[in-house]
Amino acid sequence: MANITWKMEDGSEISADVKDGLNLMEAATANNVPHIEGECGGCLSCATCHVFVDPEWFARTGEVDDIEDTMLEMTDVEREDNSRLSCQIIASPELDGLVLHVPEPE
Amino acid sequence: MAAPVVIVGAGQAAASFISRHVALGNAEPLLLIGEEPHPPYQRPPLSKKYLLGELERERLFIRPLDWYAEQGVETRFDTRVDAIRPGDRQVITSTGEAIDYDRLILCTGSHARSLPAEMGGALPGVFTLRSIADIDRMAPEFQGGRKLLVIGGGYIGLEAAAVARQLRLEVTLIEMADRILQRVAAAETSDYFRKLHAGHGVELREATRMCRLLADDGRVCGAELESGEIIDADLVLVGIGGSPNIELALAAGLDCDNGIRVNTLCQTSDPGIYAAGDCCSFSRDGQQIRLESVQNAADQGDLIARVLAGEDVSYNALPWFWSDQYDCKLQIVGLNLGHDRTVVRPGASESSRSVWYYRGDRLLAIDAMNEPKSYAFGRKIIESGKNPAPETVADPATDLKALAMG
Repeated sequence: MANITWKMEDGSEISADVKDGLNLMEAATANNVPHIEGECGGCLSCATCHVFVDPEWFARTGEVDDIEDTMLEMTDVEREDNSRLSCQIIASPELDGLVLHVPEPE
Repeated sequence: MAAPVVIVGAGQAAASFISRHVALGNAEPLLLIGEEPHPPYQRPPLSKKYLLGELERERLFIRPLDWYAEQGVETRFDTRVDAIRPGDRQVITSTGEAIDYDRLILCTGSHARSLPAEMGGALPGVFTLRSIADIDRMAPEFQGGRKLLVIGGGYIGLEAAAVARQLRLEVTLIEMADRILQRVAAAETSDYFRKLHAGHGVELREATRMCRLLADDGRVCGAELESGEIIDADLVLVGIGGSPNIELALAAGLDCDNGIRVNTLCQTSDPGIYAAGDCCSFSRDGQQIRLESVQNAADQGDLIARVLAGEDVSYNALPWFWSDQYDCKLQIVGLNLGHDRTVVRPGASESSRSVWYYRGDRLLAIDAMNEPKSYAFGRKIIESGKNPAPETVADPATDLKALAMG
């Protein structure tokens, strides 16, 4: 279990306890986090679950592989150094307290 | 109380419509009616991870079951709608109940074509693949050592063949056309997947017609080919395409043409009725087309929510699609309809390449096999209306990112 917080650009927040093994795109849609769509179900084809990871947490969210790195080029809001596709971040106790910033497309 | 917006059919299009409606803060009440006992779920993993047993059922659900009530959306699953009465703005359920609607949204999807019963299509051991129930019936039969015959070399048949090989079944796949994927892809893409499946031990037979399935003791045991040859099988998967579910719409007098005809607002010939996803057809580049894809269902559902909220939008989304087979990730962007030329861009390894489709000088679509850069940057290139010369993209030295951003 990990408590995850999504912070929106308008300052609002959503927090939820996420079961180990779920990915954070699934967790976001289950908890009604806006702007996280996950149309492809987490198979790295749509880039609609883009988040910015709080910098102090970034390294702990795991490696960005080549496919994710490429797909991050297609996000609506341009990627930054701390960008991830949240379908590739898997909940685990080490991520308890993780903060994700949700970009808002124009 | 005002009649709700009623959504008939609980699939991807319905879930996307509801998600956008809720996100836009639209207060109009919603009622979702679905024939299956489940809330809207993702269908693509059915022929992949769900069939492999790697994904539990709840993780297929696009939103958790409780989510709908939490958003104030009324749901009735396990409920079939038998008729629409557009004059009364009502739908009639199979139990005879009349339900008023303010606007109606048809997300009735498509069904898998089956073989006629005269050909053995109704025999025990013969399956089609479209729903959770289909997989739940079929999965226990997917056991190592058994013989699977797949009829039809489209994406569903190929994905199921891949899963079957991973589970160590013996797999024969027959395709009546000259090549697998003939209807949807260029010969170069067919060649790639033929080689992939042959390399994983699938016996793949193209230009092969079947006359009938054979039964032993009331259960399918094989197929007789036109050549007279018999292929033994313990189970048969029929993957010969899908047909739109348009019976309700036809009976209600809505215009249909290989799907419920909709305009760029996803509105049918009755302005109070909209349609989205596999069940509808629409005009694109002067042709009436129908797409069976998550992208199309999701984007059309999303669009209808925006239309109802008064946004000035129209449907013009760029199609995209994917398929996973063994360790190959196929990603497709664009529509290759009407292409007259293809070029292949080699990838970094033997198992990666992309096929680029052109009509004249215009870039239409890309099939990217283990080649996400071609997909991601190709999508940007198509979206921006650029048409790089075929020779340019076929040259592996060309930097696609520079082409996309330039």
